[in-house]
Amino acid sequence: MALDDRDADKQKMFSRRAAILGGGQLALFTVLAGRMYYLQVIESQEYEILAEENRVNVRLLPPLRGEILDRFGEKLASNRQNFRVVLIPEQTDDVETTLDKLSEIIPISDRTRKRLLREVRQKRGFVPLTVAENLEWESFAEINIHTPDLPGLQPEVGDTRHYPYGEDLAHVVGYVAAVTDKDLDGADDPLLQLPGFRVGRSGVERLLENELRGRAGNSRVEVNAFGRVIRELAKDPGTPGDEVVLTLDMDIQRYATERVRGESASVVVMDVLTGELVSIVSAPGFDPNLFNVGLSQAEWDGLTNNELNPLVNKTLAGQYPPGSTYKMIVALAALEAGVISPHRKISCTGKVTLGSHDFHCWKRGGHGPVNMVEAIKQSCNVYFYDIGKRVGIDKIEEMSRRFGLGDQLAVDMAGEKSGLVPSRGWKRATTGISWQQGETLNASIGQGYVLTTPLQLATMAARIANGGSGVRPWLVRSVGGQLRQMPQAAPMGIDSAHMKVIQDGMDAVVNIPGGTAFRSRLPLENASMAGKTGTALVRRISREERARGVLKNDELPWKFRDHALFVGYGPVESPRYSISVIVDHGGGGSRAAAPVAKDIMTRVLTRDPMQMSAYEKLTPGSDVTSLERPLDASGGRG
Amino acid sequence: MVMEAISRSGRMSLVDKLYEINWVFVLLITAIAAVGFAMLYSAADGSFDPWASRQMIRFGMGMAVLLVFALIDPRIWLQLAYPAYAFALLLLIAVEVAGTTGMGATRWINLGFIQLQPSELMKITLALALARYYHVLEQDRVSHPLYLLPALAFIALPVVLVLRQPDLGTALLLSVVGISIIFMAGLSWRYIIAAGAAALAAIPIVWEFLHPYQKERVFTFLDPSRDPLGAGYHTTQAKIALGSGSVWGKGFMEGTQSHLNFLPEKQTDFIFVMLSEEMGLMGGLALMGLYAAVLGFALTVAIGIRHQFGRLLVAALAVNFFLYVFINVAMVMGLIPIVGVPLPLVSYGGSAMLVILAGFGLLMSIYVHRGEELPRGGGII
Repeated sequence: MALDDRDADKQKMFSRRAAILGGGQLALFTVLAGRMYYLQVIESQEYEILAEENRVNVRLLPPLRGEILDRFGEKLASNRQNFRVVLIPEQTDDVETTLDKLSEIIPISDRTRKRLLREVRQKRGFVPLTVAENLEWESFAEINIHTPDLPGLQPEVGDTRHYPYGEDLAHVVGYVAAVTDKDLDGADDPLLQLPGFRVGRSGVERLLENELRGRAGNSRVEVNAFGRVIRELAKDPGTPGDEVVLTLDMDIQRYATERVRGESASVVVMDVLTGELVSIVSAPGFDPNLFNVGLSQAEWDGLTNNELNPLVNKTLAGQYPPGSTYKMIVALAALEAGVISPHRKISCTGKVTLGSHDFHCWKRGGHGPVNMVEAIKQSCNVYFYDIGKRVGIDKIEEMSRRFGLGDQLAVDMAGEKSGLVPSRGWKRATTGISWQQGETLNASIGQGYVLTTPLQLATMAARIANGGSGVRPWLVRSVGGQLRQMPQAAPMGIDSAHMKVIQDGMDAVVNIPGGTAFRSRLPLENASMAGKTGTALVRRISREERARGVLKNDELPWKFRDHALFVGYGPVESPRYSISVIVDHGGGGSRAAAPVAKDIMTRVLTRDPMQMSAYEKLTPGSDVTSLERPLDASGGRG
Repeated sequence: MVMEAISRSGRMSLVDKLYEINWVFVLLITAIAAVGFAMLYSAADGSFDPWASRQMIRFGMGMAVLLVFALIDPRIWLQLAYPAYAFALLLLIAVEVAGTTGMGATRWINLGFIQLQPSELMKITLALALARYYHVLEQDRVSHPLYLLPALAFIALPVVLVLRQPDLGTALLLSVVGISIIFMAGLSWRYIIAAGAAALAAIPIVWEFLHPYQKERVFTFLDPSRDPLGAGYHTTQAKIALGSGSVWGKGFMEGTQSHLNFLPEKQTDFIFVMLSEEMGLMGGLALMGLYAAVLGFALTVAIGIRHQFGRLLVAALAVNFFLYVFINVAMVMGLIPIVGVPLPLVSYGGSAMLVILAGFGLLMSIYVHRGEELPRGGGII
């Protein structure tokens, strides 16, 4: 029993110590439970958010870019399906073999192959790599048929911008190109970060970038710890960009482009009542599709080194001395100032002398006595030197501005230059020298300092044609089905009798024998065109050259030849369309520009696009009537 | 030999012994293991392959070992205590010589059919050896320095060998198990307090001997944001998974953190996190409750045993089991640095499962034979 007694001691001690130990264990378990309560109840919400952030990845879905249409719904910029093939390396055992098999269907360059093999090593196996883009439908279809034999390859259909008319519209519609760091600066649209995303870089594409772009959609996907997509949780397809309808008529645009192909030229046709631009051509153009895909260095050099300046939109950014097309402004300034009666004849002897300097008429022997209509018809310089001197530069400047010269006009086009209307103040400010009377004489025939753009000239012609309503050119008819408000056309406050004199003069230029553009009268029975030719000197003829005998313009190198200009409108009886044509270094306006205008105006009047019902996909509530102005006498043109 | 040992225990028949086995306890640990099966099934995205099925087979084998051990007379264990300890010590030395290196530490010895971790075996044999030592020792000598030294040597030998592997976690576990036996044997509080003070003082010295990766773990524990994608990643992701599980969890097989692989080692060391994510606070507490029941049962058994060997052995096994649970759960909840300790009976892994069930076999053996006394003089052989 002694053993039992001793064990009783041990057991007593053990029980006490075991109880302490058990208590300690219980206490530690309680700590664990407390920690669990803290994490899973008190802090739970925070961790739920973190878990969700871990799990959910938001992928952007680029919206479909809005289409750009002409006034009849013809697609000028659309989205084309981009057939491409991507490689998902982890889905094939042997990338090389897969590529070999694919190369039996489409060519795969060594460069592409090297790039792919490099990317296969660098990236995770589930990241798709682009093998080929912009495939023909036939190749794409064949790849689709063979996908079971092409492990790891996946045919995909994306969207890419497409300009079906290529260079015919390059300057108007513009183009899209890859996002640059400058675009990213200060912009917060996450779409810009998307690889392969394109933004409008020029023309309407740039001007209406915000409207055309649309709103990004997104796809919320569940990803695992390695970034692999497990499944799609939710999808918001986003909103496609707005459809943009332009005032242009693609038929006229195409015709005009064709008419000046090979030249460095610009053509603007506009509606004299509304200011809608029917056609704006700057030749030569370039293929905007190249900018979307990305230009090679050679292609870029070809565009920038071309002396015909294909990248410049000359209708807006080309600044030319208006030459004789400016004479209507001078005549109106004189009439409105009352310094000349339209019937008063001034005798042209071929030149006038001011101080020691002779100012020549283009006709050597002179025109003899001419009134205003005859002076316009024959473009007599001496007549305009005379009235210009009488009315003075201040009045000429003022009248120029009323016709929209010397300032930016267009309400919805980017990159427009303002031209130049000289004045005393301008001259003193820029040169420090006061205005000379000889400069007034130069300005009176549209030379010297005066600079205009083809768009300004077409607008000037439109304001003459409509009898003095200050229309402004505009290009964007509707955005997203919402018609744009026509820019305000304020009455210019010019005596209609005076306006009539100018109109008669321009009528005579084209339609009366002896007019400078008589050879370019329209071959139509029921409609005719009024106009004015112009020739802008590119380079001053020096006294020595004059002494030696002036070289014929044709004998000069191309870039020293004169610019040929023509402004006009039609039909004469109830004007609806104005036109300006400038052929760079084309020589005389009557010979190089007027025939172009004749052909285009013939086409315009025959077709009469403003009388055709325009494409309309309007949202309810938009004001349709604001544009539909009745044409007073549409006539029976055929 | 086993059958012989069973048959030689004269006073109880085999049927008696089977009847005496606490089947409720067997059911309890089966329930814990079943939680593990379910989580392993979920971890494999609803498949028994590769983890759940193998874990079930191992549990079956382990349970067989438990039942066989339960039938063996404690006198046999008493006899085997020192030889088994010596054997485990030899294995530890063998690891030094011929072990395979994994994860920068030499811990395993290949016995051909199983990769054995001798330090796991040592946890049981150390308990056996110390229990036997205090079984024989007079109670009034427990606090005598001369009789304390052998006990400390029992602990120190394997601890030093394990530290050389290096496996700081297991060394600490062995020390705690050993010291808790001495404590339960009745060591005077003076020694305990003095030892505690000494341990605190030794911390800076131990720190100097730590490997860089071990130091890094401690740093990362103190500040997980130090290395959010490296070592701190485990802690952070575990906390996110656990916290987002909330009270009722995301549902079985619905744990996003675990299934999307944000949670590392979800089928082994971090399985408790997966359980908490899918079953929430309630699931976690339920499992803790099962563990507490096992510990409570063990301590109750220990107190009722009529010999010191059985009491100390059972209590030591309970302490060992408790340490597994506590360290694992505290680790995954960011309370202590990350150490590679599995959640007993639940984490995927064969070696630990076998050792735990073998330990419970010893526990059950003591329980089955609780009516019998065990002479201090020795066994029956």
